[in-house]
Parts: sequence; structure tokens; C-alpha cells
Amino acid sequence: MRQRAQIRLLPDGRRLHLQDGPIDLIVEAFGAPREIELAYRAAGARFITVLDELCSELPHLRRACLPEQAWPKGSVARRMVAAVMPYATQCFITPMAAVAGAVSEEILAAMLSVAELSRAYVNDGGDIALHLSADESFVVGMVERPDRPSLFGTTTLQAADAVHGVATSGWRGRSFSLGIADAVTVLANRAAAADAAATIIANAVDLPGHPAIVRVPACEMAPDSDLGARPVTQDVGALALKDVNQALNAGAETSRLLLKMGLIQSAALNLQGETRVVGAVGESRRIATPVRERGLVHA
Amino acid sequence: MADDAIRCDACPVLCYIKPGRTGSCDRYGNHDGKLVRLDPHVVLDRAVERGDSVVPFLERGRDWDGTLVSHGETFVTAIGAGTTYPDYKPAPFIISSQVEGIDMVTVVTEGIFSYCGVKVKIDTDRHLGPECNAVRSQGEAVGHVTTSEYGSQMLSLGGVRHLTGGSRHEGTATCEALLNLCNGKAVELKIDNGAKVVVQAGKPPVVDGAQEERMRVGCGSATIGMFAKQWFGKVDDVVVVDDHITGVLSEHQAGKLLGVPETGIKLKGRRSTPGRYFQVAEPGTSWGGTDIEDPLTILGKFNARKAWPGLRLLMVSTTGEHHAYFELGEDLKPKEKELPASLKESVARIKENCEPALCTVLFMGGAGGSLRAGVTENPVKLTHSVRDALTRVTCGGAPVYVWPGGGITFMADVTRMPQNAFGYVPTPALVAPIEFTLRLADYAALGGYVGNVRPLSSIAAAEGQRRVTARADNPWPLESAEQKKQ
Repeated sequence: MRQRAQIRLLPDGRRLHLQDGPIDLIVEAFGAPREIELAYRAAGARFITVLDELCSELPHLRRACLPEQAWPKGSVARRMVAAVMPYATQCFITPMAAVAGAVSEEILAAMLSVAELSRAYVNDGGDIALHLSADESFVVGMVERPDRPSLFGTTTLQAADAVHGVATSGWRGRSFSLGIADAVTVLANRAAAADAAATIIANAVDLPGHPAIVRVPACEMAPDSDLGARPVTQDVGALALKDVNQALNAGAETSRLLLKMGLIQSAALNLQGETRVVGAVGESRRIATPVRERGLVHA
Repeated sequence: MADDAIRCDACPVLCYIKPGRTGSCDRYGNHDGKLVRLDPHVVLDRAVERGDSVVPFLERGRDWDGTLVSHGETFVTAIGAGTTYPDYKPAPFIISSQVEGIDMVTVVTEGIFSYCGVKVKIDTDRHLGPECNAVRSQGEAVGHVTTSEYGSQMLSLGGVRHLTGGSRHEGTATCEALLNLCNGKAVELKIDNGAKVVVQAGKPPVVDGAQEERMRVGCGSATIGMFAKQWFGKVDDVVVVDDHITGVLSEHQAGKLLGVPETGIKLKGRRSTPGRYFQVAEPGTSWGGTDIEDPLTILGKFNARKAWPGLRLLMVSTTGEHHAYFELGEDLKPKEKELPASLKESVARIKENCEPALCTVLFMGGAGGSLRAGVTENPVKLTHSVRDALTRVTCGGAPVYVWPGGGITFMADVTRMPQNAFGYVPTPALVAPIEFTLRLADYAALGGYVGNVRPLSSIAAAEGQRRVTARADNPWPLESAEQKKQ
């Protein structure tokens, strides 16, 4: 009762649920029972102060990230800034773009610092930090519409892939997007980096000025949004296939740039049933094998 | 900033929320200018998808209908209700809410409890202090050491004699210690001729600066019984050091059954039955709750006719936190050696089998005549109604144990109440929430203030509410006795 944060095992007895304010994590560790217990205790202990730490620097974290600015104090906040810094000179981005990934990373790090785990993941609403020891793998499913959960693809990650972060961004998700992608899933070496990159790519999947897209200034819906008066996507009407392709091409171009810069390892872009994949992790483990066929696939 | 946005203070993000929208958590929203918790609407899907435990009103499967409160799914606790002590007036809130078509009445009041205190259970084997000795906070006696229970030491704190029977300072110190313990804060207590212990409900105790981690797996003798098979063949003798009963494998019944040969070991202390020794050392905060730092100090000389050079001896505490491994030299004196790998596992197993050590705090108070008079014109009828299980008593919505016998003296686990449920008055006395829930017809029958009954919706409209999620493990206070039986 005493703390605001909720820390409990889910009824399956395996996964840990951590919730505090807007932070909602599902954690699972694999290994010897004693190690799992140690890991979960460490996760809980680290978790209880995370929201307070973030909130103490919230005004700073909601401002556009600039290369010369002072670094925040909190370790989660620093992970956030580090993740968005590569984009700071190129476009508007605030450290909040990486908050979910940074929290996942921090909790996973706390677990790995005390316990020997074969596998582990921390899932913050789809922004996932993961750990794999040699010869272990994870199968990650991708969902385009959170309101209608069904997989549009899966990918198998192995330790050798060095992917430690998976993140998804899109206008249908919990945070605002400047673009129109239903979902952009990014694999990167860190969760915060994946989170920031997914935001950037999802913003790039766009059709400026298209009449079927409803945009509203962010502050009209959430007065304290870090996006201020920037127009965020609230609805996307049915688009012609050529428009879908144009928007996806724009996003794919940004993805390829980020891939070249080493900021991501792979991205899967989804818009109205069409999918683009940029970069591949490992051989024959290409991201996004469509589970459902939806019309013709255009190159 | 638009005027119609409201500031949500449910968490430190402090979102500004526009009407019809939710905060960053999707849990709280602005409904016509009021902050509402939206679990039924928003979180239900998620929670069910995850197989999560959900708040009670969700379990009833009803969707949020947009109103602030809906029938039996909201329970008004007495926290912040205020009180009318001395009670010549009815309790501040007498609320009616419909449960399954039956009008239920909840009489909500914050009682001023002069007769109250806390019972503290501290999971530790360390000796905290002699029974009956004073427990002090800020130098004042606020209670005393009472019985030792299995793996735990009980303290009884507060009570009317410390609150109002001693000096002014004693009363204030007692009230403050109780208030902090009940509100889940850490309190440092010093026991006369004993330890300094930091107590916080639901947290491990800190004894003389060392945080207790685990409760012992059992007494020394029980530990021998549990692990004898795992030790057999890997070591010649094992001593499990315990302030209560120290166990010796080769002499213990469990060792005899396995055919462990005699080793000529000699224990100090008072032999109880074979392989079980009382008082091998003084109580303390080291090995197994004794004062020894060197375990060899509890051993006498090995019997030269039975012991042999090379004899392997493990000494371990009841929590596995302390352990040492010895082999006898040619002179039959134990020489410390590194613990062999084959024994490491059993020591780790002892540790694993010890539950996390916690402090638990139960609030205990008695509802006096005047408090009961705030509920009904005929106070004793309320007592009878509670006895007959027609009236349910809760403390900030948490379940209580009502002591048998006269009056309404109850105990409740402070960790099952909402945050900061307790207050104080300068008397000094503690202010604790107490709710009596019963059917409207029963309420009228026991002489209740039926004219003062207000519908739940009128409270909802009033300012100054704090809405909290019910704890899934607390029984829902409005559930009628019939439902309970089902």
C-alpha cells in the first residue's frame, strides 16, 4: 500500500508486473529459480523510484534535445538523452521519445547486475529491452493495430544478432505521432535507441497535406505534451495504394539512413496492410513475414 | 492554459487533462471537469488480456457508465471523514448504496482512539531484548517487548498508559511512533538492554544497523532433521547453531536413523534430548541469534576415544548466513578449511528455505461508547449487531479481526489500508478510520440515524475525495453476508 508503485507477479506465477503512473512493465526472466527471484527483487527495488526520478527532471526532458545542452542527472533520463542525441541536430525530438525504451533498459540492467539469466525481457508497452545468453533466442511478434491485436509478422532474435532493444511506434499507439504509420517496429542494439528510432521513422511515414489525414495540435489534446502545438495524427482515412507506397517509401528512406549510421539493425514499417522491411537481422530471420495476405504486395 | 483542463495528482507526472481525455497513463481521465479513474473503461481489456488481477468493481463485469460512482462498486472509507468526538451528533457520513437490490448503509467515521496501539511482529532470530523490557522511541517508553514467536519477536506498542498515562512527552512520542508505523513509515526503536531496531510495515527489520534478510528455516534441531539426508556421507558431523535449540547431527535422532557414527563432539550448553542443546551461548545478533562470533567457542574438547584425525565438521546457523567448515588435526583440534563444494549446496539450500524477514504492523483499537453512539442511539446494539455478523466492520476498507468478548476491539493490517489512513489529535490519540456496513433495515432496527442517511451519489458530488483502487486481496466491504457464503 505504502508505495504508489505496484509490484506483483502475474497470475501465471512467472511474469512480473510493475506499474507506476504511466509506466507499465511486464518482465520475464529465465534461469535458475533463485536467480529469477534475485532478478525480480532487483527489478522491483530499482523500479519504485524511477517515476519520481523522471518527474523531477520532467520539464527538461520535455524540451527539444539540443547537442550542447546540459545532461540530466537521473540514469534513466541520461539513457533517454543519449538515445535521441543522434537526431538532435537534424530534427525536433525530445528525450521523451525514448522514455519507454530507457525505462526498460534500466530495469533490465538492474536485473542483469545481480543475476545470471539465460534470457530476460522487460516490456514497457511494446518497447522492449531484452537479454539473450549464447544459444538462446526470442521470438518477437509484431502488432500493427493495438486496438485489434493480431500479428503482422514475427522475428526470431538470437544472441549473435546483438539486438537488445525492440520498439514500436505509430499514430494508433499510446503516444502521439507526427506521421501516419500504423506501426513501425525497430530492432536496435539498445531499447532506448530502438524507441527513439521508431519515433523518427514513424514520423517519416507521412503524406504532408493529404486530405484524408486529420491532424490536431498536440497541446489541444494534452496541454503539457512535449510536442507543443505540432500537429499530431488523429485519424487516417482509407488511402490509395500509390499513396500508401509513397508514405512507406519516405519512411524506408529514413530507415536506410539510420541503418547506414548504425543506429538501427532492422525496421518493419506497416501502413494500411502494406509492409516494408529495411535491414535484416541474421540470415533467414528476416523481419516481418506477413501472417495474413492482404492484396498484392508492390515493390 | 485552457480553464477546462484539470491537473491530475494521481502520480508525480501531474498531467493536465482536457475534458473527455485521459492522462499519459490512460488510467485517469477528465470527465466533465472531474478527475475520474477509468479502469473499468480503459484498463479492463488490458487487464483481462493479461490475465491480470483487477479491481473488484471490474470483477463484476460492469462497464464504466460515465458516472463517478455506480452503486455497490464504490465504497466510501472513513479516511478523512472527520469525527464529531465527543459524539453527541451522528457520524459524519452515513452512506446508503445499493448492493444487489438491498440497501446497504455504511456508517463512516474517523474514530479518535485513546485505547489503541500496534502489535509488531519482527521476523528475526536475533535477540532484540529481554521480555517485558521497555521499547523506546525518541528516548520515551512507547511500549514493551512481549512474546517470542516462531522465528519472530513481538512488540506491543502504544496503549492508553503510554498515550495519556505518562508524561506529556511520553504521550507525544508514543503517538508519533504509532502514527508513523500505521502510515507505513520507518520508525527507529531502542529496546532497554537490547537492540536498536528500525521497523517499517511490510519491510525487513534493521537490527543494530544490519538489515535482516531471512527468517530461519527452523530451530537448530529441526534444521538437522530437514537436511540430515543431504549431509549424510558428505561430512562426519554438523552443528546447527541456534539461540533456541542447537542441533548436532551425530547425536540427533535423524543422524542415528541414518547410522551416522559418534564423533566424540562435545557441546557446551544444556542438553535437552539427544542432539538438542539449549543455551549454547548468550543471545545476541550473530550466529543463529547468539552472541558468538567464533563458533568453536561453543564446543568442548573432542573425546579422544571416539574422534579421529581428519574428522569433517560443518557448523552452520539456522539461516545459512553463517557457516564454517573444519577438519580435525592430529591433535583432534578443529582447523578451519574451505567449505567443500559438496556442502555448499546444502548451506545454500538452508538460505533458500528461509522466508524473507519482514516487520508486520497490526493496528489494534477499541470503538468506545461515544464512537458507537455516533452510529446508533443505542450503542450496545451496534456491538450486538457486529457480534451477530449483521454489521461488517472495516478499517479504511481493510478487513479487521474483531476480538471475541465485549466491546468492539479489532485488529487490522496497516498495509491493507490506503496510504496515510491515520491521523492524530493533540490529546494525544490516534485518529483511525472505521466503517460499519449493514443493511438499511438492520440499521433502522438497531436505532440508527436513518434520517441522516445520504445516498452515495451525494458524496460523489462533494469536493475533496480521494479515489483509490481497492486492493484485490481485500474482501469487498459491501458484500453482504449471503454473498459471502456463496
